[in-house]
Amino acid sequence: MIDWSPVLLSLRVGLSALAVIVVSGTLAARAMTRRHFPGKDVVDGLLVLPLVLPPVVTGFLLLVLLGRNGPVGRLMENAFGVRLLFTLHAAVLAAVVVAFPLMYQSARAAFQSVDARLEDAARTLGAGEARVFLTVTLPLAWPGLVAGTVLSFARSLGEFGATVMVAGNIPGQTTTVPLAIFFLADAGDLRAAGLYALVISALSMVMVVALNVWTRRRRPGWMRR
Amino acid sequence: MLTVRARKRLPHFTLEVDFEVRDEVLVLFGPSGAGKTMTLRMIAGLERPDGGEIRLGERVLYAREPRAWVPPRARRCGFVFQDAALFPHLDVSRNVLYGAADRSADARERLGVLLGRFRIGHLADRWPSQLSGGEVQRVALARALMADPDVLLLDEPFTSLDAEARLAAQDVVLQAHETWRIPFVFVTHDRAEAERMGDRMLFLREGRQVAAPEPR
Repeated sequence: MIDWSPVLLSLRVGLSALAVIVVSGTLAARAMTRRHFPGKDVVDGLLVLPLVLPPVVTGFLLLVLLGRNGPVGRLMENAFGVRLLFTLHAAVLAAVVVAFPLMYQSARAAFQSVDARLEDAARTLGAGEARVFLTVTLPLAWPGLVAGTVLSFARSLGEFGATVMVAGNIPGQTTTVPLAIFFLADAGDLRAAGLYALVISALSMVMVVALNVWTRRRRPGWMRR
Repeated sequence: MLTVRARKRLPHFTLEVDFEVRDEVLVLFGPSGAGKTMTLRMIAGLERPDGGEIRLGERVLYAREPRAWVPPRARRCGFVFQDAALFPHLDVSRNVLYGAADRSADARERLGVLLGRFRIGHLADRWPSQLSGGEVQRVALARALMADPDVLLLDEPFTSLDAEARLAAQDVVLQAHETWRIPFVFVTHDRAEAERMGDRMLFLREGRQVAAPEPR
């Protein structure tokens, strides 16, 4: 039998990161499609940067920021007495930073694809901005938001490079599946590493198929035609 | 009565309009790019003028001095867009109901009246993508009037219709005006349509209001 704790840890990290990513990615994408301000391109670049940076580099930057002498690390330690590095929190943070751009980009493309005149039409019919967003923008951007959610969840499940920098490899505490696979294979235990690889492949496959079936079943009539 | 006195700087010229509309159909006529659509969008509050004043009856919708700004949702300006802009994810009856203040029995009854009035009752459960061009515009008209507007703005609503459907649609608008008796501002670049629809006509060229051109 294999030790299931890396699988459970990976799911915990993935789901926690997803909750943060879906909310922040959607809000950031909404703000960036509607507002115009100087330096917008730079902000956009920063938000997408973790997508093109090697994860190890992202992890290194996080390590510097979160470390005992880093600005964030010192603040957390002094203000709350919390140490972030080499905990599950750090693994979640690494997953959030690395997977965020996938949600952000999908959501931004989805919002941009919504015809602005439909939102204008809703306004002339007496809808305030919140109602316009909930009844027009969100339903029309829905497929892109779902795609972004799945992509970013898959990305956080498989996150390795940044995680190993900031969360380390503490069995039962921070050893997620990708870390377990690396260290088992490194130690020559190819059988155990292979089992984990199988588990995570099966998990990803089930997710993708379930999503495909769900979107086809749930697809509203106006899209089906 | 709708009073529009507005100025807006555009990339190639400055748009300046000054007109009043009583309970009649005013046609804004002119070549494309003359500022007709921008004028409607300023009345509806979808664009901000750079100066002037827009009033609807006693209400000041926009003024530069002293500053006044009513957001589009509170202006009670119905808008029929060039391509109708029906919500593709809502069926016909939910499109029309969108502008209702609530989902009361009263709103349901008015929905029934409007669907019958514009001969779209049999389409109530259809998606916008399943409608013909003429049907789409009748739904857009019903949707705008469901919100009980004080003025109706129509932005080249029939350009995509063939000649026959266009005549029928024009009749629908004229009959609706007979019933609702509120100011209608109808934008078109088609001379025949302008002459058929308008009680009065305003000619716009490069943002300037020109006297109505002599009929040829």
